[in-house]
Formats: sequence, C-alpha cells, structure tokens
Amino acid sequence: MTREEIGNGSEDMVIDECEPEGRERNSVPDEFNANYLKVYYGKLFPHADIFKWISYGNDGKHPACDQSYFSRREFSYTLDNDIYLRYQSFNSASELENSIKEKCPFKIDIGPVYSVDPAKRHAYAQTGDNVFTPVERELVFDIDITDYDDVRYCCSGADVCLDCWPLMTVAIKVIDTSLRDDFGFNHILWVFSGRRGVHCWVCDGKARRLTNEQRASIAEYFRVYKGNENSLKKVSFTGLALHPFLARSYSEVLKDFFKSKLLLSQKLFSTEERYEKILEMIPDESITSELRGKWQENKRSSISKEDTNVVRWQQLKHILQSGRPKAQGLRRCVEEIVFSFTYPRLDMEVSKHMNHLLKAPFCVHPKTGRVCVPIDPNCCEEFDPTAVPTLSKLLEEMNMGTLRADVDNEWDRTSLGKSIRFFRSSFLQPLLKSCKEEIENSYNAKLQHSKNSMSW
Amino acid sequence: MEIYGYQRKALHSDAISTLPLYRSAPPLDVRLEDFELFAIDRLRVLKGISDGLSRGKKPEEIDNLAKDLWKANMRHPEASEVVNKDIISHFVLRLVYCRTEDLRKWFLSMETALFRYRFRLESAEAQRALMAEFDLPYKAVSNSEFESMKDNLGQVARSIGQPLTPADTKFYTVPFEEVPELVAGRRVFVHKGHAYVAMNQVVSLVATQFRSHLSKALILTNRKWTSSIREQEKDRLTPIVEALCTSYLGPDYSEPREFAEISIRDIDQIAMSSFPLCMRHLFEKLREDHHLKHGGRMQLGLFLKGVGLKLDDALAFWKAEFSQKVGAERFDKEYAYSIRHNYGREGKRTDYTPFSCQKIISSTPGVGDHHGCPYRHFSEENLRAALGKMRVNSRAVEDVMDKVRNRHYQLACTLTFEAVHGTSCDAGINHPNQYFSESQKVVQSKVSI
Repeated sequence: MTREEIGNGSEDMVIDECEPEGRERNSVPDEFNANYLKVYYGKLFPHADIFKWISYGNDGKHPACDQSYFSRREFSYTLDNDIYLRYQSFNSASELENSIKEKCPFKIDIGPVYSVDPAKRHAYAQTGDNVFTPVERELVFDIDITDYDDVRYCCSGADVCLDCWPLMTVAIKVIDTSLRDDFGFNHILWVFSGRRGVHCWVCDGKARRLTNEQRASIAEYFRVYKGNENSLKKVSFTGLALHPFLARSYSEVLKDFFKSKLLLSQKLFSTEERYEKILEMIPDESITSELRGKWQENKRSSISKEDTNVVRWQQLKHILQSGRPKAQGLRRCVEEIVFSFTYPRLDMEVSKHMNHLLKAPFCVHPKTGRVCVPIDPNCCEEFDPTAVPTLSKLLEEMNMGTLRADVDNEWDRTSLGKSIRFFRSSFLQPLLKSCKEEIENSYNAKLQHSKNSMSW
Repeated sequence: MEIYGYQRKALHSDAISTLPLYRSAPPLDVRLEDFELFAIDRLRVLKGISDGLSRGKKPEEIDNLAKDLWKANMRHPEASEVVNKDIISHFVLRLVYCRTEDLRKWFLSMETALFRYRFRLESAEAQRALMAEFDLPYKAVSNSEFESMKDNLGQVARSIGQPLTPADTKFYTVPFEEVPELVAGRRVFVHKGHAYVAMNQVVSLVATQFRSHLSKALILTNRKWTSSIREQEKDRLTPIVEALCTSYLGPDYSEPREFAEISIRDIDQIAMSSFPLCMRHLFEKLREDHHLKHGGRMQLGLFLKGVGLKLDDALAFWKAEFSQKVGAERFDKEYAYSIRHNYGREGKRTDYTPFSCQKIISSTPGVGDHHGCPYRHFSEENLRAALGKMRVNSRAVEDVMDKVRNRHYQLACTLTFEAVHGTSCDAGINHPNQYFSESQKVVQSKVSI
C-alpha cells in the first residue's frame, strides 16, 4: 500500500509514527472520495464475510446447498456520478469482490433473493406462472432520527449528538427485545446507518421467508406513533390496559429513559413553547390551566435546587396519576406523553415490502465518511455515533500499522477490526451454524422420506 | 360432480357439522334444473350480503342479514338434501364466478363473509373439528400453561376492551405468521413466535384459510373451464353458467297484479308519484316530443305492461302521442305491431318481460335515445336537476350523488325512493316495476288513512 494511492499527493501526507493519533492536518485529510474508497474496498471492506452472510450456508460445500441461491440475490450500486445500477447479481464471492473493487460504488444496497437470477429477469413474466418475483428477504427495519425532529431540541435535520442519539439506543432496546422475546427471532444484526440512524436485519430463515403481509403485520405491531403536524396527541391508549409488549417497553426502558435522560438532555419543560407542546397532549382544560399557572409563577421564583424540568414533570405526573378516578382520555395520559417522546418510530414502508433495498453494512456514508458498523444491542448505550471510525481515520491507521506482521487482515490493524470481529462472533458464526443445521436437517428429512417412499 | 337428467343419489355425510368446506366437488348426481335453481338460490344469499355490505351495514347486521337470507333461500323440502343443495350451489357458482378477476374477487369476499357468519354459529366442538380439517397448525393451550400465561392473556384482553370472563379459558397457540391481522392490531399475546389466540379470534384464522383455499381453487376452476368445460358443455351448462352472474333474481312482473292496474286517465298523475326516474324521464320525453326511439319504446312499453296497462289502453296511449308527430295512419302501420308484439299477440307470441335494473343499466343509449339508467348516463348537472324536480331534499341529493360516483346506481335509485316517499326500502331497488309497486303501496296506505 503506497501513499500515492491515497489521493491528492500533497506534502501533508507525511505520517509521524511516533504520534499515537495522527492529527488531521498531518495525515489523511478528512474527506470522502473515490480514491479513499478504492483503498477501503481493496483492503478493509469484509467481502468474504458479506458473502458468507448472504449465502446463508449455501456455499456449495454440502450436497444439499442451493447452488443458485447467492446468484439470485439482488445488489444495487450508487456510483460516483449518482448513477444507480439495479439488479446486480453475482455467482461467487470473488465475482462480488471484484465487481465492488472495480466499480467502487459510493453505496451498496442489498435487495431480496429472487426466483431467478436478476440478470435473467427479462425472460420472465411479472404475473402468472413463470415469474420473476422475490422469494426471500431479511426482515428489515430503518429508524432515522429525523423522524424525531418534533421531539428533539438539540439538533435538527442531519445532525446528531450525544443528547439525542439515546433515542436510537432506546429504539434498539425496545425492538430488539420484542423481536427476540415476542417473535422468537435470534439472528438479528443492528447497524449504524452512517449518519443519523440505525438499520436492523433479522436473518432467521423464518424471517426471510415472511410474506409482505406478514412483514406488514409485524411493522404494525410495532407501530404506536400515528400522527403528523396536524394532530395534537399522536399516541392514544384506549382500552383498559396496555398490551404486555407496550407495558414491558414502558416499564423496562421508556419510563426511566424519559425521566432520567430525555427530560434533562432536551429540557422538555424549560420554556413555554416546549411545555405547551406537552400540555397540548392533556385533554383537560382544568388540569392544563392549573399546571400552566404553576409554571408561569415558577419562572419568577425558582428557589428549588432541583432541575426545573424534573420538578415540572413531577407536578404533571402527580396531577394526572394521583387520587381521583380519571376521565377516559386521561387514564393513560402520562404513558401517552412518554411514548410520544421516546417510543421507536419506524419507517413502515421499508419493512413491509420484500423488494425494498437497504444499504449494506460496512458501507461508508458519503456525507460523513463514517463506516456503517454493527451495533451490539446488549451494550447499545455505549455506542457513540460521533466516534465511529471514518474512512480517513482508517486509512491513517493503516498507514501507521505497517509494522505489525502478526495479523492476517489489514482491518485488524484498524478500529474496524473490532467491528468485524464483533460481526463474526456475535452474528455471523451463530447464524451460519444454524443455517448449516437447517440445511443438514432438511437434507436428512428428504433422504428419510425417499427411503420411506421406496419401501413396500 | 356428474350432471344427469335424473334423480340424484344422496351424499353420505361424515362431517360433524353441517358447514361444508367445499374441499372438492362431491360425487353427486345433479338434475339439470337443480343445477340452475340451486345456484340461483345461493346467488340471492350472496347478492343480499353484497348489498348489505355496500350499504355499510355493521357486522352484527350482516350476520342477521345472512341468517335471514340463508333461511329464506337455502331450504329444501327433503331435510337430507339441504347439505347437498349447499354444496352443489357452491360448486356451480364457482364455475360462474371463476371467469374473471373481478368476478373471483366478488365471489371470494361474499363466500368468506358467509362462511364467517356460519362458522360463528357452530358449536365449540364443531369449530374445533373444522379447524382440524383446515390443517391449522394450532395447539390447544393446556390448563397449566394457561395458568402461567393468565396475567398476560388477561392483559391483552383488557387492552382490546374485551376482558376475559371465567368462561374464556380456551386458548390456542399458532405461529404468529398465521394470524397477521391479529398481530398487527396487537390483539394477541405473542411469545417466542407463538400467538395466543382466543376462541372468538379463531374465526379470523379459519376465515383466512377458507379464503385462501377458495382463491386457489377458483384459479384452477377457471383453467379447467377455459381449457375444456366451456367447450364441452356449450350446448348444455355453458349458457346457464354465462347467464347466471348477470341474472336478475326477483319477480319478473310479466303477470301484472290486480291492484297495479292503471288506466290512461290516471297515468300522468301516477307517473309523477310512482315512476322511477328512468321511466319518468322516458314518459316526459314522450309527452314532450311525441316520439321515442326503439330502445325507449321497449323500456317504457314493457314497464307499462308490467304496471298493469292493458293492451288496448297501451295502443290508445301510444297512438295519442305518436300521431301528433307521425300521424295516426303511420302509427297504425309502423308502431302498433310492435306494441302488440310486446304483449305477445304477434309472431312468436312470447310475452316479453319488463326489463330489470341490471338490464337497463347495461344498455347503451345513443344520440337521441332516452332509455337506459339516468343515474348512470345523466351528467351530474342534469341528474341534480331531475332529482330536484322530484323534490328530493338537498341532503338526500348529496347521498345519491355519492352513490352515483361509486357506480352504485341501484342504491342511488333506492335512496331516491326513500327520499321521495319518506320511508325506507330495505330490499333495495332492482326492478323498475318493483319501484312502482312499492311506491303504490306507500301512496295507497297514505290514502286509506
């Protein structure tokens, strides 16, 4: 690997090996460009791991492997000049790798597995018997922090910071728990989208074979927030109790997160504009005017040492939850407020259709230069989107690590190593083990069946 | 299923319940007459349900409607033949309704609605037996499991506003994929991929299965129909099948009833009070232009016959109008014959029956024509004006226009009837003569008070 390969050939490229962290000025300029990407795809991007994942055990080694499985998977590329190439398919790991290295796509999307190789789709009809249609696809979710713009005051639009990122953390916890406990899925991959959100890939065989209708039903099961700028209260809990899934999410994750984190990081009650937004969610004039009265006074005499937001939340809760039986619309008002702010907001369309394409893990986000690394749901509170390795940082690290000879892979000398090792140990290996078992079992079952049918 | 000209053999039924699943065509012999008649009876039930649904009736009302329709139409003098009639009529209608996408969709929806209603009525054991027949991968929840799940199950029940009673202890588990509607609505407890379904929710499970099976069967039936049956049966079953889906199913008004006799003296007044819009329009145009083209003469002429206008009066009536345009001689030469023809006094001597709404709606009036269904063919402006002349209040006019926009022309006419007469017409209008007789009933009941 030579320095000439890294772009602009400026004299700033001298890297001081004694310095533990190459300062941006002296090392790789912080950019995203085709040359950096070429190096990335050449040395760091885990082609083989992606292949192994997407093959789901159909790597040709077992007689029961489906030889056509990998080649029926659609990939799509977004190239440098915004050219978009759909229906890319490959027959082997090396074909995939060579194509990526050659075309150097700015974004790689993974689509479904079709009934036939997408390259041959024109020979097949859209309806009727002989069709070109998706047959398998992971169950996927896309959560984007811009969908929470109405409840975060620290940033807006594409920005994300450590005050609002925890909304994503909470979303991961709620959805991940439900996918495992309620739906019984095991092989779940959470990935940072590179800028301001997370993707979730549910890869169990059962999940891949779900129909559009079934996917929609899971997405609906997860949907709570139903609103737009026009409706005042966007979460509404009628009924005499909360469904156990919602109750568990509330008691295990959301209640505490709201009270201890969000309230303070977003200062939800600190200004009139902000607390009015919450008062709008209470369908009782007498209560809202009582609270409003308290808070307008309070501005002038803030004696208490306690944070205003905490105090006001207590007051609100007290009025809504104490003593006298409440009118219908008020019974779960506190929960409704908490859910409005904290409950996951999914992009329904992404999950409902098998043919929806989703960005591949380990791509680099063109606007931030950050790698789309996996997130461990078990310690997602520790994930820091602002510290995710960038393309330039990785190249820097590669430059610095030339002395180490004991690693097989370039990526192991960089901060990407941790992510790839995590991907392998906690996701890929258990997944492949289970796929092999599945292939093995169905093969044996077929053998048994044919033996039985041959007996007299 | 074999169709013969002679008596059928009874099917040996081994089902616990009387609700067939229509899995496969049974080995029955069916008389040709029954082939058509049974299908017509069943079609009345399905069309009645369809009507109820498009009128926006609530589920409980649909249930009652289905019950009444079934009782009224699907009986058979021999008790043992009731199930056979059920099965035979279903399979005949499959032939009728497999032929296009729209027909299949309609049939699928109505049969599923009917099935839901009938399933709900079955006893718990019969329901379980039916579920077993569907190969539904359900498992009964044991008492001990129920005890451990009770809190969660109770919570789900309360969350959907249907708290469990002590009697509700029967639950089933199915893979969640089998009950997408229940999962989507968070109406079931889901654990490790299993959905815990209450007995009353089982209907949803079963109906989905029924529908999906029937949907596949219809596709296969269509293939067989187009590839072999239609041609093989072109002289026997095919004409019956092709006519069935557009058939009008009410009384044909070929025999005018006593009280409906009218004379030409009263005809103007009666036209104002009791003619449906299509006939009012033709009548007015006839008075205005002293002429109607062929389509209009047929539609109005047969209607008047059905309403009780005798042949002599009819001849006098038409002559009075036409002679103002073409002269009495020409009338006698060119028009009188066809009027007599309509009354069965000429030529083939077929006594023609007045046109039903279905027939009128599907006709295509051209330039200078005034027949057809005004709800279909009038511009919005003209229709509003016509309804105004009938003194339909503005609220009702909006409802009518709404039905017209959705192409429910007969419902539009029904709403007009209800607005004009101030009563409801639950049966819905499907024949102009029906409109007339219903209207006369109302008018005369007012008179007698």
